[in-house]
Amino acid sequence: MNVRGVSKRFGDRVALRDVSFEAADGELVAVIGPNGAGKTTLLSIVGGLLRADAGEVSRPPREVGWVPQQGAVYSKLSVAENLRLFARLEKVADPDAAVDRMLEQTGLRERARDELGTLSGGNRQRVNIAVGLLADPPVLLLDEPSSALDPRQRERLWEFILELARGGTTVVFSTHDVGEAERYADRVLVLADGELLFAGTPSELESAVGDGGARDFETAFVRFLHAKGH
Amino acid sequence: MPMRWLLLKDLQILRRSPLLVALLLVYGGLVGALLGFAVQRDDTKPKVAFLNEVPSDAFGVQVGSQKIDTSQYANKLFESVDPIRVKTRQEAIDTVRRGDAIAALIIPSDLTRRLQSMVNLAGTGPPPTVEVLYNEENPLKTQAVESRIKSRVADANKAISDKLTEISAGYLGVLLHGGDFSLLGQKFSILGLQRTRDVIKQTLRRLPNDAPQRSDLERVANFAQLAIDNLDLSKPVLASIGEPLHVKRTVVAGTHVSANAFYIALAAAVTLMIIGLFLGGGMLALEREEHAFGRLVRGPVSRWELLSEKVLLGGLAALVATFVELGVISLFDDLRWGRIAGWVLALGVAGLAFGAVGTAFGAITRDVRATTLLAILVALPFAFLALIPSGVVEAWVYDLVRIASAIFPFKAALDAINAGLNDADPGLAKPLAHLAILAVAYTVIARIGLRRFA
Repeated sequence: MNVRGVSKRFGDRVALRDVSFEAADGELVAVIGPNGAGKTTLLSIVGGLLRADAGEVSRPPREVGWVPQQGAVYSKLSVAENLRLFARLEKVADPDAAVDRMLEQTGLRERARDELGTLSGGNRQRVNIAVGLLADPPVLLLDEPSSALDPRQRERLWEFILELARGGTTVVFSTHDVGEAERYADRVLVLADGELLFAGTPSELESAVGDGGARDFETAFVRFLHAKGH
Repeated sequence: MPMRWLLLKDLQILRRSPLLVALLLVYGGLVGALLGFAVQRDDTKPKVAFLNEVPSDAFGVQVGSQKIDTSQYANKLFESVDPIRVKTRQEAIDTVRRGDAIAALIIPSDLTRRLQSMVNLAGTGPPPTVEVLYNEENPLKTQAVESRIKSRVADANKAISDKLTEISAGYLGVLLHGGDFSLLGQKFSILGLQRTRDVIKQTLRRLPNDAPQRSDLERVANFAQLAIDNLDLSKPVLASIGEPLHVKRTVVAGTHVSANAFYIALAAAVTLMIIGLFLGGGMLALEREEHAFGRLVRGPVSRWELLSEKVLLGGLAALVATFVELGVISLFDDLRWGRIAGWVLALGVAGLAFGAVGTAFGAITRDVRATTLLAILVALPFAFLALIPSGVVEAWVYDLVRIASAIFPFKAALDAINAGLNDADPGLAKPLAHLAILAVAYTVIARIGLRRFA
């Protein structure tokens, strides 16, 4: 997937300025940055929720699975009903087969008839991701997928996402947890004030900080932002 | 006393929301005023057009040697109305049709003549009759004004009847008991039937038994006795002329609908409005609360499709609920099932219009609870507004009421349901077209609101 020269303004405020990056098949790309950096705006444009003022995205929205930060699923419907609804809306060729596949993939077959409202945060997030995968998209966008989960649920969620990437799905996710980006991402994109400051592997970011001898990735990230005037 | 601190905190929050506080205060006053106009106090004087066709010099009825000035009794009719004087019958009709007056009262030119004929016990011709013209577009209004006019006519009738009885009873007294009687400025002393009988009886006692006059005088005495006995019964007979004036009812606009039938249409319109607004708006706002809106509109569903679905949902749910409501009502009151196609069509189109308003509210507020609150805040005043009859407020105020009623579907929905159920004016076509335009307009407003929805 190629993103070229994407810019976005909200009134006078510049949300994104000429952002470009690419992601290969099966690659896990983390978008990190301070609050208000433009992470969600970038993912929203790539996912087709927002229209960019300038620039282009190589994949049309129908080829990109979108998983918002908060579960975009109906709490009064069961797991299977949610999946079936979105499979039909996405015009999946065989909705029942897609639902079956997702129940299997998420490990929620036994909870298929349970209302979403009765599920734990981790399981709800799995359903949320499963909805994004129903149309079997080559690219999956996840906006802070683990922010509301406890450590055990996070661990299980990342196992699930890594499995997707191993299957060839390109995964782009935003996160506040830079440790998570270091652990799971093949590459990180550092955004600040709508500007792409860095694109590379986590170790390349640490190297970029230079002779400071950062103790860990998070410290390196903070020093990098300082060095760039943020 | 932790409650005290909580109360203080809430007041501080309210102080920082002056718009909300002002809105709540204004709202109470607004609903109160609208309800007041709609129900009217008993001492409020509705505007009634008044046409007096009786020549000013012909306002008298001769009863024996006395003349009754009937114009003073006409004033009784104005005690609870605010009369608008008109010059012709057509002007009276136009005034009522336009809604400038709630009704028109016409006193025909032959009223005095007919009253005189009745007093003379001529027993020919129609009774004296006043005519009341009604606009039946609002049965509540018609019922209220009809009741007032009937009551005032009854007062006038009683006053005329009392006067007639009083004068006639005076003459009967003189006829029975004798006394002074004035005619054309001259005083006469009347002997009276009782004294006539006594004089004849005394004369008979003095006459010899075989006197030839005795037989004739006995016949006169018997007649006098018979007249005394029967004239004593005449007082209650005179008092029984309790309704010298009759009322002719003429509808110049609208179709007659009973108050019960109108209440049923009103109940249906309220149910339709509440459910259409709540479901149309609530379910749209829920898409945002469930965070599903972005996921839906990024591909699978367009914003127009989403709005149309919510409008349809609100409309269908309102239709089904109101249909059930009317079905239950039909167990207690007559419902015109033969007109089912008309009233179901009215419920369907009105439901869609309310659903569209609901989606506009949902798109603007973006929150289920706020949508519900807004729906209640807006719906009640518009419902009361639709019930304000013409003729109880100034003409320019009523024009504003008409404009306000035109921008919200309640009045058109009430008209359509009333036409569907009761075959009332203005018929189905006009309100249905109005509702369809409002449904489209509010869906467009909702679409504009969706720009900042996600």
